[in-house]
Amino acid sequence: MAGTGTLHLRESDQVLSVEELVVEFPAKGGGTVHAVSGISFDVVDGETLGILGESGCGKSSAGRALMQLPPPTAGSVRLQGAELTGTSRRELRGRRAGMQMIFQDPVSSLNPRRRVKDLVAEGPRTRGEKVDEARIREVLTAVGLDPDVVWDRRPHELSGGQCQRVCIARALMLDPELLICDEPVSSLDVSVQAQILNLLEETKRRYRLSMVFIAHDLAVVKNISDRIMVMYLGKVCEIVPSGALKESARHPYTRLLLESVPEAHLPGARDETSISATSAELPSPLDPPSGCRFRTRCPLATDVCASEEPRLRPAGEGHYVACHHADL
Amino acid sequence: MALRTVLKRLGELVLVLLIVSFGTFMLISLMPGDPAVSILGEGHSPAEYAAVRADLGLNDPLFERYLHWLGEALSGNLGTSIVPPYVDVADRIMGALPVSVELAVLGMGMALLFSLPLAMISAHRAGGRLDRLISAGTFGVLSVPSFLAGLLIIMVFANQLGWFPRAEWSRLSEGLGQNLYHAFLPALTIALAETAMFTRVLRNDLIGTLNEDFILAAKAKGMGTMHILFSDALRPSSFSLVTLMGISLGRLIGSTIIVEYLFALPGMGSLIIGAADNGDFVMVQGAVLVIAVIYVVVNALIDISYGYLDPRIRRAHV
Amino acid sequence: MTNAPALLEEQAAASPSGPLLVVDELRTTIHTPRGDLRAVDGVSLTLDRGEMLGIVGESGSGKSVLGRTIMGLHTTGPTTTIQGRVAFDGLDIQQLEPARLRELWGDRIGMVFQDPMTALNPVKKIGVHLTETLRKHRGLSRAEARDRALELLAQVGIPDPRRRIGQFPHEMSGGMRQRVVIAMALANEPDLLIADEPTTALDVTVQRQILDLLDRLQDELGMAVILISHNLGVVAGRADRVAVMYAGRVVETAEAASLFRAPHHPYAEALLDAIPRLELPPHLRLDAIDGAPPNMLRPPPGCRFAPRCRYAQDDCVATMPTLAATPGVPDHRFACFHPVHLDAPEPAAPTADTAGGR
Repeated sequence: MAGTGTLHLRESDQVLSVEELVVEFPAKGGGTVHAVSGISFDVVDGETLGILGESGCGKSSAGRALMQLPPPTAGSVRLQGAELTGTSRRELRGRRAGMQMIFQDPVSSLNPRRRVKDLVAEGPRTRGEKVDEARIREVLTAVGLDPDVVWDRRPHELSGGQCQRVCIARALMLDPELLICDEPVSSLDVSVQAQILNLLEETKRRYRLSMVFIAHDLAVVKNISDRIMVMYLGKVCEIVPSGALKESARHPYTRLLLESVPEAHLPGARDETSISATSAELPSPLDPPSGCRFRTRCPLATDVCASEEPRLRPAGEGHYVACHHADL
Repeated sequence: MALRTVLKRLGELVLVLLIVSFGTFMLISLMPGDPAVSILGEGHSPAEYAAVRADLGLNDPLFERYLHWLGEALSGNLGTSIVPPYVDVADRIMGALPVSVELAVLGMGMALLFSLPLAMISAHRAGGRLDRLISAGTFGVLSVPSFLAGLLIIMVFANQLGWFPRAEWSRLSEGLGQNLYHAFLPALTIALAETAMFTRVLRNDLIGTLNEDFILAAKAKGMGTMHILFSDALRPSSFSLVTLMGISLGRLIGSTIIVEYLFALPGMGSLIIGAADNGDFVMVQGAVLVIAVIYVVVNALIDISYGYLDPRIRRAHV
Repeated sequence: MTNAPALLEEQAAASPSGPLLVVDELRTTIHTPRGDLRAVDGVSLTLDRGEMLGIVGESGSGKSVLGRTIMGLHTTGPTTTIQGRVAFDGLDIQQLEPARLRELWGDRIGMVFQDPMTALNPVKKIGVHLTETLRKHRGLSRAEARDRALELLAQVGIPDPRRRIGQFPHEMSGGMRQRVVIAMALANEPDLLIADEPTTALDVTVQRQILDLLDRLQDELGMAVILISHNLGVVAGRADRVAVMYAGRVVETAEAASLFRAPHHPYAEALLDAIPRLELPPHLRLDAIDGAPPNMLRPPPGCRFAPRCRYAQDDCVATMPTLAATPGVPDHRFACFHPVHLDAPEPAAPTADTAGGR
């Protein structure tokens, strides 16, 4: 599985374009963690790109690298054509405002001592802009909070779902073009998760946003995304239009993910004979396997997988797969 | 891999010791009072004082003096006292140090013996009646100055009950029984305040650990309370305690002065105060250096012990 | 089951040897500085030998507290009050001496926890985790316990047990650790395993492996399992029977297939509708449940779900509905005055269907 190759990148309308992104950092006991090893992707205007993968696949590292928090080890990140990597701190601050991020744990990503009105106004204020109350109220209402009720509240006086709404409001205050959501609903209960997913869709439409949605839950990612990029151990396995995920996904890892999902409305529908990965452990990101990184757990793996890294190849309309054996 | 870690550690240790010894040397040379006056007494001519200072090498640059002193110290020569009876500093320290070390170790041992069960009882039923009683008790003990505690102990155990002697010291060479018999009361005095501190620190950490899932898991396996407290909870809870013990041990060796005074013991505390009183800077310097070295070495050992306490740290170092 | 309570005879009669577990009007109240938290508020259920019961609910629904109360880990004390009864194989859990309880724990009742990262003692080797329970309950010698521990590790699918047994928890992956936690709970082949969110902290591929493992071990050992999860999918594919909890109460319980095909309680229905589904096209608006679960320090009167329920009427706020059987399907019980999908056909052969692959 590779993720090498740029065949899938598009020509125009790109809000975000990322090329050969590499994120590495020193491990505690020596050695280097290869979190993201050269991935390329883009997001066109109004699109939601879902990044799907299990823990350790590098999806969160990639998300933070987009924000330059911290800057990636190598590669290029361009927002509306403006390069973010390698720019000075001051310039970066200006360019990065078009890109906002919300995180998994909404409660701890808010300063517990501040009130909602100040939390929401914080972004523009640190940039030295004056914020009028009407604007704060408007944005709070837009995320489904009653300004009169939450105005003077502090994060601990709100539920998890409400805190996530505050986080979204904070991001909107800066008029971003791109919203990066890192597991925004995985710490929320099912009923609240649906509220936030609906809110993100509405917000996206209303504020004409593009979105990168990072998560491990297949159904959630499918519901909100236009395109899905599946990552494994720092590489891209497959890029697939969201509507075709279940039927057309070809990469053995994507198939494994799909078949592992327990689905509530299909009780008893376990297919015992389906593809099942060898129960081998996830390899260490300190020393990833040669060639295709999924080969140690892949039922289709052969010698070529160890010696040669598969490149992304077209597999249909907007669909790319990096595998030597997925019949294309 | 492990050897490299140890060597790295040792290198750091040597560096710290150099800094500490230089610091000591500097501070002492800033001490008020003229050594020449200490040696000759009042009423001599400036020329005579100057001659003595030159004789002591005090006119050389500070760093040069430090190097000279360090070189001698490394070969075990800490110089000679500059006031009568002009004893060898190293000899004098070797006489006083065992007393202090023994007091500190005994005191800490006793404190540990008392605080382990107290902290466990407290943490096991945190917020309960016993916990509050122990909490109040430790607060009480901490607020009593050690000279008062010492006096009370002497009054009760030595004067009233007559179980233990006061104001005598028996060296280890005179027999272990005699030695312990004489060391008991002073060690107990030291142990009181330490017990209170150890109990509080260990109790808080234990409460944190007892809320961990793995304690619940141990309980769900049917493990008894004692097993859970000693085998599951104690080790992961002892970080702060061990750190505190390291600091305490270093502190106790040099600063049990009040206890030494109360019980008339020939320890390091009395040695330093006496020497400082006489303006005997060579003696003070030597004593402080020895204490600093002990302090640094003990705390390095404590650092290494973290690896034993938590295997996750062991891996991070290797 | 000679001392099973009279009012539960009906359920008891369902199984020839009587149910393994009978929970009767159980209430667990936790006394907090801000007031009494009614974590479990009147739950009754039964569990047969060898049966897998799924308990589903969102955070704060009381499902974990229920699991721990059943086990006896929550007992009446200064911080907790427990009313009602838990009968495990005829033993009244709340009346047992602590020492008797400890004989049950880890021997006849095992527990698996949510987070394998925190459920193992970081300073103890894997082997010790296993041998200490074996030695306590079975009185095995050191060597015997070690042999059995190796067997257990192999049984839960840990490769190279001889190497693993000397490792510390932090040297293993999350999935491997959860296998160790399961081995620990199953060491003495319990009659009942309570698995509290056993896969929530795990990746989806590992989750499947762990659920498969639990399935297989349940068959091999013939034990009963209570599988507690917030994830309907996890429970749906595995459990024989499911109980849906909301605000401390069971609002619906039925055979898994029956419940997921035709939920009668509006909360169960809403919960199912709120989950995004893989086979549906993207960008579909989800049927979210408005509002948030009630504050259990001051639960609302009547039906706890009424304030969020789209079918709620005046009677829902006035009286608390109790569990009642669906006409014609005695196993499917729900607590609602205005149930939904009542006309939906029940699956033709529910028993064969829910058995899944088993």
